Amino acid sequence: MIKLQDVALAYAGRTGPVLALDGTSIDVARGEFAAVVGPSGCGKSTLMKLVTGLVKPTRGSVEVAGAPVRGPVKVAGMAFQNANLLPWRTVLDNILLPLEIVEPYRSQFRSKKAEFVARAEKLLDTVGLGGFGNRFPWELSGGMQQRASLCRSLIHEPQLLMLDEPFAALDAFTREELWCVMRDVWQRLKFTVVLVTHDLREAVFLADTVHVMSARPGRIIESRRVDFARPRDLEICYEKEFADIVHVLRNKIAQVRQTPAPVEAAS
Amino acid sequence: MKIDNESLAPWYFTIGIFVVWEAVCRLFNVSDFILPAPSQIAVAMVRYWKPLLYNSFVTLWTTLAGFLMAVAFGLFLGLVVGWSKAIYRGLYPVMIGFNSIPKVAVVPILIMWFGIGEIPAILTAFLISFFPIVVNVATGLATIEPELEDVLRALGASKLDVMRKVGIPRSMPYFFGSLKVAITLAFVGAVVSETIGANAGLGHLMTQAGSNFQMPLVFAGLMALAVEGIVMYAVTALIEQRMAGWAFRSQNSAGG
Repeated sequence: MIKLQDVALAYAGRTGPVLALDGTSIDVARGEFAAVVGPSGCGKSTLMKLVTGLVKPTRGSVEVAGAPVRGPVKVAGMAFQNANLLPWRTVLDNILLPLEIVEPYRSQFRSKKAEFVARAEKLLDTVGLGGFGNRFPWELSGGMQQRASLCRSLIHEPQLLMLDEPFAALDAFTREELWCVMRDVWQRLKFTVVLVTHDLREAVFLADTVHVMSARPGRIIESRRVDFARPRDLEICYEKEFADIVHVLRNKIAQVRQTPAPVEAAS
Repeated sequence: MKIDNESLAPWYFTIGIFVVWEAVCRLFNVSDFILPAPSQIAVAMVRYWKPLLYNSFVTLWTTLAGFLMAVAFGLFLGLVVGWSKAIYRGLYPVMIGFNSIPKVAVVPILIMWFGIGEIPAILTAFLISFFPIVVNVATGLATIEPELEDVLRALGASKLDVMRKVGIPRSMPYFFGSLKVAITLAFVGAVVSETIGANAGLGHLMTQAGSNFQMPLVFAGLMALAVEGIVMYAVTALIEQRMAGWAFRSQNSAGG
């Protein structure tokens, strides 16, 4: 589904060009749940932008769904650390937003509105927000806003879901709850996911493959399969094999953090 | 009781100021050439109610005409400037330069071009008040969260889509907020222009009364200006609340 080959990306910083990624290669199969972890400022978010076609690589090739990426890919759903809901729209209208933009829904939006609303409400049910459609975002807690944001990224049934630390700003309990929501939705719809995160337990619990990035300029230095049987229960987080994988990944990241990164590390 | 006191507070203060003013004038025997007492102003207001009302009306409509032009032009220019960084960069110094010119200096030119009358007043009101609208609308557009723009662009949204779905609704609270500032400025512009050269309007009335040493009438004109200003401000504030209420509510109780 996603194939990056020897990609480099430089952008203009305050003191000259900054190399965010260099020699990055990554392969994500269709329907795979991939996680990318790494020290902060290693270019994880840049990777997201490359895959969705929001920025062009300086060198190397980016392929999504078998075709080279030349502009915004139009099939991706995205969710970020901040829910970024539009405060003037109800939760339901926020979730319907992608359908007002993506074809073929866009041209059917008026004629099939009822059908789309039903779909959005069903999605709200799945994430545990049933009945909240007519509320406004500010009436929701942070965790609920993030659930709504997930619904918005899924409403157009994207083949590719890009998640940039979507659970990072939540409390531990809400976070684990949303892991399970994500797990169930993915299990049901089987789209491809790239999850960028700092949380190693999150990565190991959710993903099929965990990719570790080096400090800037970012490169994938290790890709590790996680073969726990699915559906996974939160309980596996307390099993020895789980802890072992987390431990190995943790050491790997501690290692790459040793190598001094340039000061200008905002990604 | 507390709420009652709070909602009545503006009246207490207003009446208090007039009482103090009246007392000072009487105690120190201030000449009404210098500072007429509120009672003398009230007498003048009753006596000259007809010209006061007529000229208030002229000032009101020139202000509103200039203000509406500023709204239309300011909204348009704000959208253009907020649309592209290049236009923003190119136009900004020009606009700052234009805005720095005291508009009083422009009035004589306008009078030369359009003659004594209402047109210079309308144009001055327009010129002085469009700037805050432009800046506010452009700011609203320029401060779209980059992540949100990414979400939409990754869906294949065009620049126009992003503007329609996010930029414009997002800049509306800024726009309605700027109307309060703009209406006050337009009012100032209209009155300044009437003071310099006009044959009607409160500014004109006050200049005339001043040159006839009718100080109570000058102050009566000031009162009319104050009342008119408060009413116009209140109306735009009300429109702001109605049109962009979500911005107030979301600030009051942001989900944690």
